Amino acid sequence: MYETTYHRASSVDDAAAAFAKGKDSKFLAGGQTLLPVMKQRLAAPSDVIDLSKIKDMIGIVPTNNGIEIKGATTHYDVAESSDVQKAIPGLAYLASVIGDPAVRYRGTIGGSLANNDPAADYPAAVLALNATVKTNKRTIPADDFFKGLFATALEDGEIITAVSFPVTAKSGYAKFRNPASRFALTAVFVARSPSGEVRVAAAGASQSGVMRVGAIESALTTNWSASALDNVKVSASGMLSDIHGTADYRANLVRVMAQRAVIAAG
Amino acid sequence: MGVEGIGASVVRKEDRRFITGKGRYVDDVKLVGMTYAHFIRSPHAHAKVKGIDSSAALKMPGVVAVLTGQQIVDDKVGNLICGWAITSKDGSPMKMGAWPAMAPETVRFVGQAVAVVIADTKNLAKDAAEAVVVDYEELPAVADVRSAIKPGAVQLHPEAPGNIIYDWHIGDEAATKDAFSKAANVVTLELTNNRLVPNAMEPRAAVADYDAAEEHYTLWTTSQNPHVARLVLSAFYNIAPEHKLRVIAPDVGGGFGSKIYIYPEEMVALWASKKVGRPVKWTGDRSEAFLTDAHGRDHISKAEMAFDKDNKILGLRVKTHANFGAYMSLFSSAVPTYLYATLLSGQYVIPAIYAEVVAVYTNTTPVDAYRGAGRPEASYLLERMMETAARQLKVDPAELRKTNFITQFPYQTPVIMAYDIGNFHASIDAAMKAIDYAGFPARKAKAKADGKLRGIGLSCYIEACGIAPSKAVGSLGAGVGLWESAEIRVNPVGTIEVLTGTHSHGQGHETAFAQIISERLGVPISQVSIVHGDTDKVQFGMGTYGSRSIAVGGAAIVKAMEKVEAKAKKIAAHALEASESDIVIENGEFKVTGTDKSIALPMVALAAYTAHNLPDGMEPGLKETAFYDPTNFTFPAGAYICELEVDPGTGKTSFVNFVAADDFGRLINPMIVEGQVHGGLAQGIGQALLEGVVYDGTGQLVTASFMDYSMPRADDLPSFKLSHTTTLCPGNPLGVKGCGEAGAIGASAAVINAITDAIGNNKLEMPATPDRVWHAIHG
Ligand SMILES: Cc1cc2nc3c(=O)[nH]c(=O)nc-3n(C[C@H](O)[C@H](O)[C@H](O)COP(=O)(O)OP(=O)(O)OC[C@H]3O[C@@H](n4cnc5c(N)ncnc54)[C@H](O)[C@@H]3O)c2cc1C
Repeated sequence: MYETTYHRASSVDDAAAAFAKGKDSKFLAGGQTLLPVMKQRLAAPSDVIDLSKIKDMIGIVPTNNGIEIKGATTHYDVAESSDVQKAIPGLAYLASVIGDPAVRYRGTIGGSLANNDPAADYPAAVLALNATVKTNKRTIPADDFFKGLFATALEDGEIITAVSFPVTAKSGYAKFRNPASRFALTAVFVARSPSGEVRVAAAGASQSGVMRVGAIESALTTNWSASALDNVKVSASGMLSDIHGTADYRANLVRVMAQRAVIAAG
Repeated sequence: MGVEGIGASVVRKEDRRFITGKGRYVDDVKLVGMTYAHFIRSPHAHAKVKGIDSSAALKMPGVVAVLTGQQIVDDKVGNLICGWAITSKDGSPMKMGAWPAMAPETVRFVGQAVAVVIADTKNLAKDAAEAVVVDYEELPAVADVRSAIKPGAVQLHPEAPGNIIYDWHIGDEAATKDAFSKAANVVTLELTNNRLVPNAMEPRAAVADYDAAEEHYTLWTTSQNPHVARLVLSAFYNIAPEHKLRVIAPDVGGGFGSKIYIYPEEMVALWASKKVGRPVKWTGDRSEAFLTDAHGRDHISKAEMAFDKDNKILGLRVKTHANFGAYMSLFSSAVPTYLYATLLSGQYVIPAIYAEVVAVYTNTTPVDAYRGAGRPEASYLLERMMETAARQLKVDPAELRKTNFITQFPYQTPVIMAYDIGNFHASIDAAMKAIDYAGFPARKAKAKADGKLRGIGLSCYIEACGIAPSKAVGSLGAGVGLWESAEIRVNPVGTIEVLTGTHSHGQGHETAFAQIISERLGVPISQVSIVHGDTDKVQFGMGTYGSRSIAVGGAAIVKAMEKVEAKAKKIAAHALEASESDIVIENGEFKVTGTDKSIALPMVALAAYTAHNLPDGMEPGLKETAFYDPTNFTFPAGAYICELEVDPGTGKTSFVNFVAADDFGRLINPMIVEGQVHGGLAQGIGQALLEGVVYDGTGQLVTASFMDYSMPRADDLPSFKLSHTTTLCPGNPLGVKGCGEAGAIGASAAVINAITDAIGNNKLEMPATPDRVWHAIHG
């Protein structure tokens, strides 16, 4: 690890100010992505600004039309929250299958979304649930937030303060783990809004990061059942291909995981 | 059996220190004035080193030195050696390319060191390493055997034309040809034995300390065999003479073979400690372990088996290409020859066998022995062959095996080995019963109704442990003897120290060896301590690998004990005024049979050391040494059966059951044996389902971290059902055979046989990832 200066921010404003002061600042939340990268000398921030102790950034708040998860809330807290389990069971389940217990105790929703690893779990939920990402500057709808592999709409120094999830009629998540990393080799989140709108998002599949799956959305809009997807074709073109999963295998997984997510959603 | 004697599942004495963080590993050693080494490693699989500019680095704060490959050559440090000479078919010796500890001219695999930075702290050494500029001229690379042996392929070493190290054979070619000409059926099989990274929990490390006043070196190192390290460092690498070099292998966190070898980093640390005049520490990180710890396996084989009309095996023909990586590691040459092809008879009567092995250089990490070393490759090939044959011949795979089992012992195979004893029917029957083999078709049908593909797979392995005798291995090319030594010191107060030349790095010797003493003397194991891993303390020994510690090292302990007991009985008889032949040892007492006269061990020991009243002419003291050279290998064997389900939608396998019936001879501590089997099975299953090294076409290691190299985790594994069928080994005084590698040797074939049974397609390579299995199902 290269030398760096650590700041523990006491508020969002404090964090933003500290960030602006540093030459090459980075926010730190759970550190589950940033710290390993720093330890391998692949990142050398001059200043590290810790968001994880900011009171306003921790917690889960039921709202009029859904649920709001503050930006530095850990995966563990989301998985264990009875509010989330009740309102959006698919989301609580998703948080419970991220990494391992140590990762879940520290890793945060804001860190995961800001990082936007193509194999991460949260982006699929945020996209399928049509959530809104709240920052210290604005609100960003899910459809505008994810910009490809490890890229988001966030500007330099912008802090995810919360993510707001609208109420949902049905939600389900099915993850096929990469056998080595246990990230998503391919995972699918299915959601149906109270008005019947179906949104389906797949993680770990596409070369351009988390994606919505139109063919599956339309099949499920007509018929919300696993069997409705029996003959849906998911194209392998544009899919990731690596030693763990070829493109055609991932295309198959998108369909099969979508079926299992529908079954999980009930 | 006493409560702590042979056969008791005593809790491991060493675990208190391990599980409370009190183990003392190499990286825990801290010396005054210690410096830290960081190696500069090649990012290319094949390149010329045209220049190294360390001027900027040398100006940085805290930098003590930057040492290069050229300096190590200039100082006449010897090249790395290979300790087993193999002769090709045509009578020519193996073709070994030079391997300097740091490359002065040419790098041949990604991660090979070209220079080392020595600095006051680890971080400063890393900073300075980034400032060293190495000028490489990239060369074309070959990363796999098939490309390496193509005509016109880039050549790695001028000594080895065509990148071929040797082209060796064993068995009777003519007799095998004849057997095939009489065959009613011939079964063929092509397969790959995937390359593995050992991944011991503790990475390799070294602390080297040169004492200029005494001209003496001390090396703390993560070694499975510190005496061999000392021998090689002095006799071949010319760094320090043996009497001026102390090698200490303290607590070591796993080895699996990868810590047998004396690696460049340990050599360089030792050499550098004299050069810089301060102690040097190097602790490898996980990335370095992936790149530089000797890898395991990596065979491509073609096999054919001939059967008569009654399904009796007539002959076996095997051709194997073994990938050695860029250099010949210490025992690499023996692994695909005498540790592999000699096991190709398996548990079967095979009248004629002919095997050819071609050893090939590639621009990859060197390959050497890894848990099982050659025997997993043999067992995997043979047991997949038996399953393939059963399907082709349309007979039950268990029946086909039983039809061909060896039942008469001793049995001389056509490939050197003389099996001393075994009962293969007993182990397969026990395994079949444990898994309810007969009930499988009904379970398969039920699984099918649930949309799952269920399969069952067998693997009947035999292996050879305690590689020996020294005379025989010497005649086959080994550069060392393979005996073991023990010294037993009974202290004046009757406590006992056992010095062994084996090394424990997770095996539990401190407990199991103490149990042997407890059994013989009737003393609690708390009275016994096991000393190992320090060349200044222990007489010469050969270390731990090939499941040799109990079969060879344990036998040496028994031999030394016999001497101690003989002397102690004389002392006791003298003290009790009895005849020596009337003395028996019970519960720590020396008794005169049939009387109530006795003397306790501490009193005998005290008498030996006070020497006030010893029999005439007896030397004082109670301390004996024995060197034990076995008469043969030992032959653990067993039957594993795996039942699993495949999810046709994803290709993912889930275990239903995994049973193991092993014959390890006498068990000293069944709990430790169980742990060894669990670990071995985990590694065998890991190879079958998860682990596999991948290089890209340019020789870059793709699976260079745990993000891509899939290690088995607890939830990847079933709850094993273990049992034992025992035939006592007639070749050693304990009747033991060794259990350290069996699981890794037998498990992978059982798993793959079960998957191919489930999916109805035999074309499947390891690791059988969900992707591969799904493609095997769906094309
Ligand atoms: C062993 C292991 C296994 C894992 N498995 C999984 C898995 O299965 N699925 C999965 O999805 N993830 C997995 N992860 C990643 C984990 O979920 C991380 O928690 C997540 O990627 C990053 O969150 P963090 O809070 O740790 O962020 P950090 O590592 O602290 O930061 C990550 C990045 O986000 C930025 N950042 C952090 N918080 C904010 C914020 N509020 N606003 C703006 N920028 C911010 C940081 O500056 C940094 O660039 C795993 C990680 C590990 C170590």
